[in-house]
Amino acid sequence: MARKITYQQAINEALDQEMSRDPSVIVMGEDNAGGAGSPGEEDAWGGVLGVTKGLFHKHPGRVLDTPISESGFIGAAIGAACNGMRPVAELMFVDFMGVCFDQIFNQAAKFKYMFGGKAETPVVIRTMYGAGFRAAAQHSQCLYSLFTHIPGLKVVVPSNPYDAKGLLIQSIRDNDPVIFMEHKVLYTMEGDVPEESYAIPFGEASLLREGDDVTIVAFGRMVNFASEAAAAAQKKGVHCEVIDPRTTSPLDEDTILESVEKTGRLVVVDESNPRCSMASDIAGLVARKAFGALKAPIEQVTAPHTPVPFSDALEDIYVPSAADIEAAIMRVKEYR
Amino acid sequence: MSAIHTLTMPKWGLSMKEGKVNGWLKDVGSEIAVGDEIVEVESEKIAGAVEASVTGVLRRQLAGVEDVLPVGSLIGIVADADVSDAEIDAAVEAFNASFVPPSDDDEDEGPATQTIDIGGRRIRYLKRGDGGEPMMLIHGFGGDLNNWLFNHEVLAGDRSVYALDLPGHGESAKDVGDGSLATLADAVLGLMDSQGLDTVHLVGHSMGGAVSLLIADRAPERVNSLTLIASAGLGEEINGDYLDGFVAAKDRRALKPLLTQLFSDESLVTRQLVDDMLKYKRLEGVDAALASIARAAFKDGKQQSVLRGAIERLGKPVLVIWGGNDRIIPSSHVPASGGLVQTQVLADQGHMVQMEAGNEVNRLIERFLS
Repeated sequence: MARKITYQQAINEALDQEMSRDPSVIVMGEDNAGGAGSPGEEDAWGGVLGVTKGLFHKHPGRVLDTPISESGFIGAAIGAACNGMRPVAELMFVDFMGVCFDQIFNQAAKFKYMFGGKAETPVVIRTMYGAGFRAAAQHSQCLYSLFTHIPGLKVVVPSNPYDAKGLLIQSIRDNDPVIFMEHKVLYTMEGDVPEESYAIPFGEASLLREGDDVTIVAFGRMVNFASEAAAAAQKKGVHCEVIDPRTTSPLDEDTILESVEKTGRLVVVDESNPRCSMASDIAGLVARKAFGALKAPIEQVTAPHTPVPFSDALEDIYVPSAADIEAAIMRVKEYR
Repeated sequence: MSAIHTLTMPKWGLSMKEGKVNGWLKDVGSEIAVGDEIVEVESEKIAGAVEASVTGVLRRQLAGVEDVLPVGSLIGIVADADVSDAEIDAAVEAFNASFVPPSDDDEDEGPATQTIDIGGRRIRYLKRGDGGEPMMLIHGFGGDLNNWLFNHEVLAGDRSVYALDLPGHGESAKDVGDGSLATLADAVLGLMDSQGLDTVHLVGHSMGGAVSLLIADRAPERVNSLTLIASAGLGEEINGDYLDGFVAAKDRRALKPLLTQLFSDESLVTRQLVDDMLKYKRLEGVDAALASIARAAFKDGKQQSVLRGAIERLGKPVLVIWGGNDRIIPSSHVPASGGLVQTQVLADQGHMVQMEAGNEVNRLIERFLS
């Protein structure tokens, strides 16, 4: 039965259903239970924003509070994954990932390759990203492109509650390390989500709107702004196709290229800083493989090349908006 | 004063909130007869024509091509030629002054699907209308109760009409037991029992037709009439490649070319239609359910149950409707008409004839039952 739940509830439900299905699935992270081991309520937090709330009592002994040491518990999760568990580690903000890069880039991502395909590392690292939460420069970055760069990692960027649940279930069942990127502003977004379990395969883009004039490729929270911009452009008679790749690695190149072959115009929307971003990656892909189809220069709508500002007014300007996207749509459409 | 008839944005299916005007099929000033298609409208899921329920002249087109309007909005006026423009203007003004578009929160407005436990399985169904001789709509393989979105409300004008999701389908339980048509028929009979329906008019599409034939054979006393639309169960042939492909398809690229085989107008296979089907196919248990039914009912690309004799054994009125260009089950399976059996082949139509030619199929069924 489909009913409306939030992005945050969808993630919680995916964890709950997979923990019920498979006893090797465990959840670990800072305050994932909250207060475990100290007097008082044992399920006090459920993670810093309460995403794992309720799992502690439903799945006794399988929701672990960890020390405030990302390199320690991410390493522990990866080690457990190598030894038959399916850990889902929550690394509060993606901005903190730097302290455990060796565990992720050099260890988890390399095991299968360096052990001749004989090692599996079925770990999921859930992490919050993105600006718009008034959380300043060290808690607001949009870093999926960093992980996309590393072979051996799979990178998931859900834009809505339905995808969040199905992609997290797929992430837990996948035998490779998965970085699961949750946009904190989307936690309250509501959408239709089936109660039953379901998995969305990696590398299959979602097509949110069909159109012949302009292709828009967007990621995470930006998908929703892209849809808004496409609806506004439609009123001006410009028909956009909106593509949400859902996973940056693997990437559904075919859906993007087929669309650009049809429209001849591309706008890429990425909340990241522009250099070495998904925006530049997709632009490069299309320039290489669909150059002949292009009728206008490719437009990139991204954050500027600066840290995320703490000032509300500046942060609002920093994050790409639906109006920015609509302006880019009109630029590629009107290009002569 | 002659009557002024409003033409409003239709609501096709429970989830439709707004519709887009694709184009007018009649010009202002055209004479309109009952059943004439006046304007083509497109929902997120599918396009269809709005047809006239009255005679008169199309006096106003109040929506332009590509306009997106909420369900229930005024899009046109049909009235006799002698009605003055001033009267029409006043009617339009009065309508729009009192019209409140449905908001997103109006989930509980109108009929809603319900679920019930039938033999240990959750079965979803939707009841529309009241009284009369009840009718049961049974969808085909891989379908659900939304396959009747152009028919359900119309047919429920003077009777109660139930549509269900068969086991393994829609939002019903995904356990299909042995996957046999008999198991599916049990679910229909169980739903009838639960609703206190002693007898029904059975309307089955494709595999739902075979389920109807089986019910007619097993419980003829509970069947008032049979309407078989592009029905399975009337011959051995079936498009086995379609069935295998449909069961195996995991993504949009694999699924879309298959779904286009169901329709004569392939543009009806919208992004949303493919997406909804993928969402269904991803649900845990659906793969196994579909494979199990396909194995039991359509093994090796052949229909395993040919129930032609059931029509004669039933001895009650039977209506058979088919699309002439059906690419899933050939229209050569249409039985001979005569006696209690009426048949109608709609040229140029495909397998989903009750959707693509909804208005016509509704008319045929209503005429058959009256």
